[in-house]
Amino acid sequence: MTNTLHRFGARETLRNDYIIFAMAARGINDEGAPPKLQTFLRLAVKHQPINLGNALKGGIFRSSKALTPLAHWRRRGGVTPAEVVEGVDACTTVAAVFDDPKRLEGFLKDLRQADLGISINISALTDEARTCCQRAGITRHSVEYSLGFHGDLNRLPDRHVLELSTMCGHGMVSSNFTKKMIDWVKEGRRSAPEAASYLARFCTCGIFNTTRATCILEEARIGT
Amino acid sequence: MQIDQQKCVACSNCIPTCPMGAIYIDTTVNRATVNLDECVECFTCYRGMSKEHLNPTVVRSIRGFLRLLRVRFDPEPDVCPTDALTPQELTWPRIVRQAFSDPLVPHESTGVHGRGTEEVKTNDVTGRVGEGEAGFTIEFGRPGVGVRFRDIQKMTMALAALPIAFEKRNPVFSLMTDPRTGAIREDILDEKVLSAIVELKATLAHVPQVLRMVEEVAPTLDTIVSIGVATRCDAQGDNLLEPLLKREGYTFFRGKTNLGLGRRPAVASA
Repeated sequence: MTNTLHRFGARETLRNDYIIFAMAARGINDEGAPPKLQTFLRLAVKHQPINLGNALKGGIFRSSKALTPLAHWRRRGGVTPAEVVEGVDACTTVAAVFDDPKRLEGFLKDLRQADLGISINISALTDEARTCCQRAGITRHSVEYSLGFHGDLNRLPDRHVLELSTMCGHGMVSSNFTKKMIDWVKEGRRSAPEAASYLARFCTCGIFNTTRATCILEEARIGT
Repeated sequence: MQIDQQKCVACSNCIPTCPMGAIYIDTTVNRATVNLDECVECFTCYRGMSKEHLNPTVVRSIRGFLRLLRVRFDPEPDVCPTDALTPQELTWPRIVRQAFSDPLVPHESTGVHGRGTEEVKTNDVTGRVGEGEAGFTIEFGRPGVGVRFRDIQKMTMALAALPIAFEKRNPVFSLMTDPRTGAIREDILDEKVLSAIVELKATLAHVPQVLRMVEEVAPTLDTIVSIGVATRCDAQGDNLLEPLLKREGYTFFRGKTNLGLGRRPAVASA
């Protein structure tokens, strides 16, 4: 489950992208974990994450199984953060996405104080994650580096599509749908934030960064 | 995945949502159809798209009328108006596709949802990768290309010849017939999945050898390979892997940082 590891993009485009997630080790400290995972999410909500997720049920942005035709004009594109928190009823991975390191730092301080005893990881630029940890009084335990893609790279889509679609490492945000959203933004059929929320609904873990997606879609719109 | 031909109105919304590009309009019947050889049973179309439950005949009539007037129809792009996407019952070996492609299906071998294990994410509790060791996650098929097990086997057989240890709780390991050779069971070699991860451990001294092998085999595969390498940090948060990777010529700046806040439950004293 390296679903957050290989986000594509130049270093500068990843500066507003911090995913923090919590999980218990199976068979070791997973007993009684759901309330701790809920606490993690509740603490995260205090610091205004841009997305929140439960790997079993989805994020804030999620699809609906019973839309009416009115959805084409007045659509509720997901659930509230409180609904994500309350939805944690089993051992899973929960995540929060931040676009501001200051908010992440505040959250880290709360987590340190809460002492939940479950594993917590940050997926981001490794030096920035380390700095945030140090400011919160935390020394990192382990680190995993992404060494990128290898092999026949001609099979990869273009830069903007790749930057957007790799924000769901499980591959649920398809290249073709991403390309369609870029085209719709360019044609003025949808705004960049609207297109970002369409894409986010396909990410089942709730780790899609809509702020970063909006920036990328805006760049793609004007052709930079 | 299948598409109910009675319900489908050929709106084409599902076509771009398929990560494998396996859905197309069959022009002989004017309905969306799934190329089952390319479909990896990831359920992205089924789960990711919202659903209306409109009457197909009414929707077809309205769409036909609008098309006649050359009016551009501008619906929500992520909605199936008639709930036409229908999962099929999966049996062996096809069920392997869903196990590796749908992140909401836990692997029987790991109990973890997704394609790998907890890796270094719970290293603060499990101690799986120690100082002086490197944990590799070698992923095939992402982003958006997919992979057949026959290609994964080429890599596992090459890696098995090196001084490494495959992670035993990894889903691909559970499908190996002989971990000493890296051979994978014959009956699934042609099955296609969205992605799969091979996990292994090596000493830091052997990291360059493993990386060279992956780089050598990757271009011979009909897919993309993504590499992740993890290690345990020392008391200051530093590690020996980072300078080693830089010496090997890798540029890297993104990754996962385990904060070390997890712990084993205290054992009650007698």
